[in-house]
Amino acid sequence: MAKLSIKVHDLEFQNPVTVASGTFGFGEEMTKFIDLNKLGGIFVKGLTIHNREGNDYPRMAETASGMLNSVGLQNKGIDYFIKHIYPNIKDYNTHIIANVNGSTIEDYIAVTEKLNELDKVPAIELNISCPNVKQGGMLFGISCPSAIAVTDAVRKVYDKTLIVKLSPNVTDIAEMAKAVEGAGADSVSLINTLLGMAINAEKRKPVLSTITGGLSGPAIKPVALRMVWQVYKAVKIPVIGMGGIMNATDAIEFFLAGSSAIQVGTANFIDPAISLKIITGINEYLDRHNFDCVEDLIGALEV
Amino acid sequence: MQKIVENHEVIETVHLNENSYVLRLKSPVEIPEIHPGNFAEIQVPDTMGVFLRRPFSILDVNYKNREISFYIKAIGSGTQKLGELQPGMQVNLIYPLGNRYTIPQGLKRALIVGGGTGIAPFILLGKELKEKGIETTFLIGGRTSKDILLTDKFSEYGTIEVTTEDGSMGEKGFVTSHSLFNRNDFPFEYVYTCGPDAMMKAVGHLVTQKGVVCEASLENMMACGYGICLCCVTPTVEGNKRVCYEGPVFNVSYLKWQN
Ligand SMILES: Cc1cc2nc3c(=O)[nH]c(=O)nc-3n(C[C@H](O)[C@H](O)[C@H](O)COP(=O)(O)OP(=O)(O)OC[C@H]3O[C@@H](n4cnc5c(N)ncnc54)[C@H](O)[C@@H]3O)c2cc1C
Ligand SMILES: Cc1cc2nc3c(=O)[nH]c(=O)nc-3n(C[C@H](O)[C@H](O)[C@H](O)COP(=O)(O)O)c2cc1C
Ligand code: FES
Repeated sequence: MAKLSIKVHDLEFQNPVTVASGTFGFGEEMTKFIDLNKLGGIFVKGLTIHNREGNDYPRMAETASGMLNSVGLQNKGIDYFIKHIYPNIKDYNTHIIANVNGSTIEDYIAVTEKLNELDKVPAIELNISCPNVKQGGMLFGISCPSAIAVTDAVRKVYDKTLIVKLSPNVTDIAEMAKAVEGAGADSVSLINTLLGMAINAEKRKPVLSTITGGLSGPAIKPVALRMVWQVYKAVKIPVIGMGGIMNATDAIEFFLAGSSAIQVGTANFIDPAISLKIITGINEYLDRHNFDCVEDLIGALEV
Repeated sequence: MQKIVENHEVIETVHLNENSYVLRLKSPVEIPEIHPGNFAEIQVPDTMGVFLRRPFSILDVNYKNREISFYIKAIGSGTQKLGELQPGMQVNLIYPLGNRYTIPQGLKRALIVGGGTGIAPFILLGKELKEKGIETTFLIGGRTSKDILLTDKFSEYGTIEVTTEDGSMGEKGFVTSHSLFNRNDFPFEYVYTCGPDAMMKAVGHLVTQKGVVCEASLENMMACGYGICLCCVTPTVEGNKRVCYEGPVFNVSYLKWQN
């Protein structure tokens, strides 16, 4: 069996398969389906400083090979997480990575400072790419100066692995990646959802309460692969790839494009055990192609 | 609660009218305990435009023969396709999902109100009420007599009342205009409802005004069905709750239904 462990900055993952923020809750619901200890890591649902109810229903629209969501970061706030959720999940034998959100730089700092104190959260993913909130969110992630400002501010208060999650809703993703690398990010993860829209023609109305939402699923995979490849070539820090990964072959493609680790998102909604099946499939691929370790696949695209 | 994710074999699809059918499936493993209100997420095989699973209430279950069935109305590509499945074909199911209708201790008389495919959970509910010796009345509404289905099943567990909008069967009108709501004595201590939102809201309103508890099973659009995406929420007195996880059954006075 090939070696599956990989490193993101100085954090070692037992395997490169993790689950994407917002598509796996805080893991607790999924214990009825799979052994979470087998995952490389869990990027938990986006956290904010205060309780957020999220956007009004309807928040979801199915689209060709994908879906739009406008959940809008519903969560009970960082203090609730620390008090009521963290104690239940901290002893999983997998990395719990918090997804940090804010409307202002001060919000991001406040949430990060609290997370810095949690022993069993070895990394944070700074979400500067949520398309579903009115303030902050993606606004930070679509211009280089604001992405630099928020990354820099969080870097100053965070001692562990800092991953910055990039928005695909930009003209030049490589520039954004370089900007946050320069501001102190240890890694970048991409892509978040693509801004989209669905219309009910019969009713002449938008499907989502927010009119627009974030597109995910296989529909976005070609865009995600292209962006991972562009970013891989532009930065020195490790890239965590995601966007439409439905099976092991998709995952392999992301490694070849330059991902050190991958996140499985929307696929969790269709098969709750898909992440574990992907781990098995990666193993089979490595054996079949005589690779000793998954690391040898990273950026190994032959062009 | 133990959940299964398994391919099931189609035993048969029994068509009840132009667009409604019962899908009977065989599980390869022992079926875990199913409660009234529980639902399953069914993966629709190879259908253009159908990406996510589709949620359906569990109609009936036979543990001994490992059989599970669903009552489905074809309203789009997914439900159309499921109706075309042939015996022997495989479909993947996840269940049991969601919470259940509650049956309080000491309950003597219950009323069940439903319309359309909303009647699906009522076989299991009726069965359990009967086992507990609770006297049950089913009030089923539809547009015409053709929409009034499965009443032979319900009659095993209680008495049947019907309303149709065109008066072709039972009393004419909506379920909420049925005479049993206008009697001076409303003999029911508990009301269960499932069906179109507008119907459930009207029933909930009417019944709670009488000081009677009403439980409704909601059918919000779902992406996952097991609590991880937060797409299916409904506003409640305690904020947004997941219909697939904290629900689908809610006490109507807990809900903040927008009109
Ligand atoms: C908990 C639960 C239990 C259910 N139980 C049953 C059942 O026992 N029998 C049954 O026939 N159906 C049931 N439904 C509804 C069923 O899931 C939908 O009819 C089905 O998903 C439609 O799929 P489709 O591909 O055929 O239609 P689509 O092509 O997806 O949709 C066709 C049209 O219907 C609308 N629509 C689809 N789903 C819903 C929904 N949930 N609420 C409102 N509008 C919707 C769409 O917006 C679209 O306009 C249940 C739903 C839930 C959430
Ligand atoms: C319902 C839903 C909720 C999401 N919530 C978050 C979130 O809270 N924070 C975040 O960074 N990304 C969130 N995302 C984006 C995913 O983490 C991921 O970047 C995106 O869905 C692309 O991957 P996929 O195509 O595999 O789903 C969410 C996605 C979905 C579908
Ligand atoms: S449908 Fe995903 S949380 Fe309810």
